[in-house]
Amino acid sequence: MNAMTTGSDAFLARYDGLGGRLPGRDGYVAGLRARAAEAFRVAGLPHRRLEAWRYTDLSAVAQAGFTEALTLVEEAPALPPARAPHRAVFVDGRFAANLSRMPEGFRAVSLAGALDAAEGVLGSAPEQGLALVALNTMLFEDGLWLDLPEGTDGGTMELLSVATHTDRPIAFHPRHIIRLGRGSTLTLIETATGPNGAAYLHNPVYEIAVAEGATLSHVRLQREGRKAFQLSTVLASVQAGGTYDNFTLNAGGRLVRNEIHTALLGPKAACHMNGAQLAADGQHADTTTFLDHAAPDCASRQTYKTVLAGKSRGVFQGKILVRQAAQRTDGYQMNQALLLSEEAEIDAKPQLEIYADDVKCSHGATVGALDESQLFYLRSRGIPAEEARAMLVQAFLTEAVEGVTDPLAQDALAEAVEGWWEKEAA
Amino acid sequence: MLKIEGLKAEIEGKEILKGIDLEVPMGEVHAIMGPNGSGKSTLSYVLSGREGYEITGGSVTFDGVDLLAMEPEERASAGVFLAFQYPVELPGVGNANFLRTALNAQRRARGESELDAMQFLKMARARLKELQMSDEMLKRNVNVGFSGGEKKRNEVLQMALLAPKLAILDETDSGLDIDALKIVSDGVNALRGPGFSSLVITHYQRLLNHIVPDRVHVLMGGRIVRSGGKELALELEAEGYGTIAA
Repeated sequence: MNAMTTGSDAFLARYDGLGGRLPGRDGYVAGLRARAAEAFRVAGLPHRRLEAWRYTDLSAVAQAGFTEALTLVEEAPALPPARAPHRAVFVDGRFAANLSRMPEGFRAVSLAGALDAAEGVLGSAPEQGLALVALNTMLFEDGLWLDLPEGTDGGTMELLSVATHTDRPIAFHPRHIIRLGRGSTLTLIETATGPNGAAYLHNPVYEIAVAEGATLSHVRLQREGRKAFQLSTVLASVQAGGTYDNFTLNAGGRLVRNEIHTALLGPKAACHMNGAQLAADGQHADTTTFLDHAAPDCASRQTYKTVLAGKSRGVFQGKILVRQAAQRTDGYQMNQALLLSEEAEIDAKPQLEIYADDVKCSHGATVGALDESQLFYLRSRGIPAEEARAMLVQAFLTEAVEGVTDPLAQDALAEAVEGWWEKEAA
Repeated sequence: MLKIEGLKAEIEGKEILKGIDLEVPMGEVHAIMGPNGSGKSTLSYVLSGREGYEITGGSVTFDGVDLLAMEPEERASAGVFLAFQYPVELPGVGNANFLRTALNAQRRARGESELDAMQFLKMARARLKELQMSDEMLKRNVNVGFSGGEKKRNEVLQMALLAPKLAILDETDSGLDIDALKIVSDGVNALRGPGFSSLVITHYQRLLNHIVPDRVHVLMGGRIVRSGGKELALELEAEGYGTIAA
């Protein structure tokens, strides 16, 4: 028996052992979990023989022997300052009502407390068969459920995930459901963080449904502790005239996978997926996107930038599928990597699969080091070498970051990037 | 103030500067003329501290301090400015941010107080006006999408803001039409005074009609082969470098 199946078995054993202690034991959820467990039993944790996992090795996850955070840490964790009037706080994957300020006017609740109402909603996104989604379904304890009725302006709210346990490796698998009714809008700024000394696994799944003419702006700042694993899967669908914007900053963690599946299901739906990955010595950052153009006249834009320092590794995989019905698709994907050290490694795999004939679809990729002549130009003007390097890294990220228009999100992002540079690369 | 003695430098094992002696007193403008490949650009890069050049002999002092021992940014803060022959494009770096960062880095290094955004803007606008340039210049990314002339003007704007003691102009006239040449020259001439020196490196004499030098030196084969007054430039223009070498 190899390490991979050991890892799968360990998760399955948690599921078998936890039995009735997981929420939703009596209803439809138990059925969902059982089917997910079956799927996970067959698939196991993804391994590198799978095409989609060629560059990211989960054997460290398999070997870690995670347990659940069965008791909540009594002391309230230190939280980043609030940026928006409303925030949902999750501690070790569980909703912390006392730390949260939920918005009113639409459903904004802890999923664990509203499972009965979520029948038909939970598990309705496509790709439920992905191994990590199945793992999440099997073991999720809680999550954020937002449901905006038609025409709601949801403003800006925060989703905060904080890990606290340092005594043993814990795993949590939050399940977030975000649904925007026709013409509604929401900006969700998410920060995930935890102690640097703790090896924990954060395996969130997002089921996102954007209805006709609705706009969701989803900003994710991944700043997990340096020994943490974050494996996240976003499953998003967008109806006619709707927009899903996802910006993800990957700056923390030991091994991180940011996997996004977006399906454009109605005419003139749009999607902007941008991101910045910043990895320093010992970190592995993976962004993998699947964009499904299933309807005509849709537009998608993707810009991903990766900065690698020390002995770090970055991965970008981006597939665009243009179905036969998706005439007049306008698709663009760019991924660029900046290598600050000779030991850093980037693997990039863009993929276009096009079945429609009237399509504008392009992709590009670049890999390079900091430009010595640019560096000298800045220094010749009196700017010290470190400051000059930081300026050039910021400039490199600019294009990906420009997609973030919400001022609160911009501030949070700028801080995160600055903080990364000061701590990790300087 | 700038004193170069027996300066030798090589790049990738090839000796380019073969013993340069040159002195530029405070307040003077000296021209260095020479054919392609004579070492003009190498001299400007060695003086400003670009990596990749190995100094194999001689010395350079600036205000009595060993210039070659300083980092490029330290030379800048000490008052040395290089106007690039090919100004570098910096996509994603706004010109205003670049100029303010540079100015404040130099002020910090000299123990002066930094300028806030408003103070800087006021100062930048004043310089732009003097140089007859548009405020638009500040809003664009550094040199990105600039024409050749605009890039050189941006060099002059930087020089005007940073107010160096020694400006090295590396073929600043190349690729300029006559209007741009005039703007660039006016920019340099405006800085002339007892506290400003300049080393004007050029292939052609025409720039020296606008920036009239106190001295002219001819650089050939990595050495200064002749020095003289401003009339030397005219002589070179009429007779070419061949006669000088002979």
